[in-house]
Amino acid sequence: MVQPRIRRRAFDTAAVPAVAPSASPSIAPAVKLNGFVRQFGENRVIDGLDLSIAPGEFVALLGASGSGKTTLLRTLAGLDPVGDQDVTTPSTRAVVFQDARLLPWKKVWRNVALGLKDKDVRARAEAALKEVGLGHRLDAWPSTLSGGEAQRTALARALVREPGLLLLDEPFAALDALTRLKMHDLVLNLWNEHRPAVLLVTHDVDEAISLADRVLVLNKGRIAAEEHIALERPRAPDARFQAIRRRLLGHLGVEAPASHEGALIAFPTGEAVQ
Amino acid sequence: MLLALWELGSRFGLIPERVLAAPSTVAETFWALTVSGELPANLLVSLARAAAGLAIALAVAVSLGLLAGLSRWGETVVDPLMQIKRTIPSLALTPLFIVWFGIGETPKIALIAVATTFPIYLNLFAGVRGIDVRLVEAARSFGLSGWSLVREVILPGALPSFFVGLRYALGVSVLVLVVAEQINAQAGLGHLINNARDFMRTDIIVVCLLVYALLGLGADALVRTLERRALAWRPSLVEQ
Repeated sequence: MVQPRIRRRAFDTAAVPAVAPSASPSIAPAVKLNGFVRQFGENRVIDGLDLSIAPGEFVALLGASGSGKTTLLRTLAGLDPVGDQDVTTPSTRAVVFQDARLLPWKKVWRNVALGLKDKDVRARAEAALKEVGLGHRLDAWPSTLSGGEAQRTALARALVREPGLLLLDEPFAALDALTRLKMHDLVLNLWNEHRPAVLLVTHDVDEAISLADRVLVLNKGRIAAEEHIALERPRAPDARFQAIRRRLLGHLGVEAPASHEGALIAFPTGEAVQ
Repeated sequence: MLLALWELGSRFGLIPERVLAAPSTVAETFWALTVSGELPANLLVSLARAAAGLAIALAVAVSLGLLAGLSRWGETVVDPLMQIKRTIPSLALTPLFIVWFGIGETPKIALIAVATTFPIYLNLFAGVRGIDVRLVEAARSFGLSGWSLVREVILPGALPSFFVGLRYALGVSVLVLVVAEQINAQAGLGHLINNARDFMRTDIIVVCLLVYALLGLGADALVRTLERRALAWRPSLVEQ
């Protein structure tokens, strides 16, 4: 097995790295789960999951339906109780859902300002909306927005609170292909600007490889595979991209993997193999 | 057409005055009662009764609707009682209320309050339970909880169905007003009608009926206006 070295860098908000910082042992992780278990009745949705995300790291999470993706995201968002389990998350978290989930009775800027308490909320909401290119729709009703505009509003709503962890729950799945590509650029720009740790849940292997520093494959409530993407951004679908894609698809059981060499670190038994 | 036939019938004596007054007489009486101040004064008394009854109903129905809508415990305690209350026609409570509250203002206002509580409660309860839980979840993920969640998400979400209840309640309040004011009223539209009956003044009776009809229409227009202002965010199926 060939193990290409992953470039490691110190976390730096000023730099716009082509390759983002990977988990560095010297920095306390933004997210840490140790042997996390989530069970609904007999059904163990998450089964002893270990996860660590560094501050400012962009992680994509792939997995078939029912693999526990959404449950994991809800746990990290603080929407599900964790009991007395060992779960570390930043105090500020924000979620962008697949459906934008804007409150239809609040104008766009009030949706962005939802839950903010200090005085200048309008100015802050306005700045966030300008950043996503919606400075002209401040006083629009959400029902008049297009799908892409609604998702950009949801992004502004998440970023206006400067979250330490940004959770993206298949936020581009319902958008058309062209809008989706624009949203990818926007998300990368915003991530470079604000540097939250990001967990992107997606079905789309290409999307995961284009955006993330690290791609995880979730299967039966555990991390079944992990892939570090050491490609320069913006990423073209070149040979290296295709190789990663093949490996990830193999782990998702879509097609047989072409070969077994590469940076894939598999955990078939649930134990980490470094 | 109908009005013309009615007028002609009255003129040629086909419809006796004591059965139904001619439209022209009704119009004259309406004008005379308005100018004398008798109609406006009595109307005001009736409106005040309806308003007092509705205010009580609103306070009770909104509290109970939220209590039952927001907690399983509240639903268990409140909802069966309200359903039992629903099966008793409110007007059937009139004799009991007279025994309890005498024949003054109290039984009239109490009857209106009791009758209008249920439609507001039921619709608010349904509205709260019909809230899109995904929106509630999103709001919770942005740090809203407790009262702020109710104020920012649950109440606005339940507003459309609340208005349906309110519109229904306003209609019911006029209906109950008619009956309640038959109880020894010293003033009000009911008092006016009772007096007119004693003197067989069908013109005054028709005027009062017209005013009742106008009250119903006015109440509806009021709620429609409120709805347009409060629900401006809602995309409309039918263009305004």
